[in-house]
Amino acid sequence: MLIKTIFSGFGGQGVLMIGYVMAVSAMREGMNVTYLPAYGAEVRGGTANCTVSISDEEIASPVASSPDYVVAFNKPSLVKYEGHIKPGGTLLVNSDLVDLEPVRDDIEIFRIPAITMAKELGNEKSMNMIMLGAYSAKIKIISIDSLMNGLVEVVKAKNASRMEINRKGLEIGEQYVLKGA
Amino acid sequence: MGEKKLLRGSHIIAEAAVRAGCRFYFGYPITPQNELTEYMSGALASVPGGVFIQSESELAAINMVIGVSMTGKRVMTSSSSPGISLKQEGISYLAGQELPAVIVNTMRGGPGLGNIAPSQGDYFQATRGGGHGDYRTIVLAPGSGQELADFTRLAFDYADKYRIPVMILGDGMMGQMMEPVEFPDPIDLDSLPHKSWVLDGAKGRESRIIKSLILDTAAMEEHNWKLYRKHEIIEREITHVETFMIEDAYMAIVAYGTASRIAKGAVKKVREMGLKVGLIMPKTLWPFPKKFFLEAGSFITDFLVFEMSTGQMVEDVELALRGRRRVHFYGRPGGVVPTPEEIAKAVTTIYYREQIDRRD
Repeated sequence: MLIKTIFSGFGGQGVLMIGYVMAVSAMREGMNVTYLPAYGAEVRGGTANCTVSISDEEIASPVASSPDYVVAFNKPSLVKYEGHIKPGGTLLVNSDLVDLEPVRDDIEIFRIPAITMAKELGNEKSMNMIMLGAYSAKIKIISIDSLMNGLVEVVKAKNASRMEINRKGLEIGEQYVLKGA
Repeated sequence: MGEKKLLRGSHIIAEAAVRAGCRFYFGYPITPQNELTEYMSGALASVPGGVFIQSESELAAINMVIGVSMTGKRVMTSSSSPGISLKQEGISYLAGQELPAVIVNTMRGGPGLGNIAPSQGDYFQATRGGGHGDYRTIVLAPGSGQELADFTRLAFDYADKYRIPVMILGDGMMGQMMEPVEFPDPIDLDSLPHKSWVLDGAKGRESRIIKSLILDTAAMEEHNWKLYRKHEIIEREITHVETFMIEDAYMAIVAYGTASRIAKGAVKKVREMGLKVGLIMPKTLWPFPKKFFLEAGSFITDFLVFEMSTGQMVEDVELALRGRRRVHFYGRPGGVVPTPEEIAKAVTTIYYREQIDRRD
């Protein structure tokens, strides 16, 4: 088993953070992981992205030239990565910010109105948790509980009510995909 | 050993250095290794006796390293390719004065200012001394998060034991990638072997002089031979190489660092197709595992050296094999990180073209 995922969006959307949470959670589940953030000459207003590899074997390359999953938080991310997804792979799109229709017909596509859902939840910022929940519903190997443990470890969280919103975000994201978006 | 942590390579080296007793760090920023400097600024502020200076230049940093090393304390600096070039004068002085120090080179594309992507173009510079004069530095080539931690500890131990600069040769990928790591426990500074040569004030003892200026030619010649004899001892004692599936192999990929982990993925792929291919991963680039290659050459007929450069380590492999076996090369310079699939393709092409498993 080797799952490569690119998380991509604007800087500030919490894209690198959910990739990191995913990697930490998978590590705690005993899997091999690598996390590779994009660094360097990125453009303001462009994409921030990271690549997470999860495997039960040693991971050769941390780079994903043809990822199994792409989680696109904004339009530039969709434009940049849609073409790279492995045939049969999965694309999860934040449809509130992406007015462009994906063109691939050989991949599974989920359109998630994550900002609308986050607003309904009462905190627009939990948009990234909704996307993470949706993603975890697809890859199936990491439970919401594991993700919460990973999140607590990463943000060294103490605020219980904020953590509850995050958990809700993960759950409604998961439900959205499970019910068949 | 503590619990597993997920850290980026530059942070792993920094944390491992502090745990190895490094209390002095001097550096000047350069991508893709700024996270190392950043981590040290925090870590050394929170340990007793820790000193962190972001120097005004690379030259200042390496000369601060020389100064601290003379006092016997464990000291480190880090940079990326262009910055390491600037430090070469100081590294030569460290070697000439037989001073221990750890230098991290997170290689990026070059020559010149190049780019900030992962590369392995500094192999020659690292393994041939780098600066002027007749000397070598120990060069360690980690290929995973765990090896970054383990080799950093080793680097400080080797530097002290042999009184020599040690270079940890990584690249942008090793520096930026996060991987699980378990750190060894911090050492007890008092447990380190006593250094009889340090400059710590001559009150009540004879004065000591540490310098590299030796105008007398006979004395300079003897000093050079002394360094040479030390290099011979190091070659005998610390040469290190690891292998993967070479027992029944006709062909082996040779790679280090980031390239070696990509190559491992390639070996797994071609093994699925039934190709008898293994992997040789030198972990010390100087001293280079020459003897090992002579032995491996008794049953492996073809060596494919894969580097993220136009071919530098390939010369060491050829020298080690002394023309007895075929040496092939595949390279991607300039910051390109190829996929395991691409390397598998290169392997397969050579394997069938040379009819490797049909030859006697």
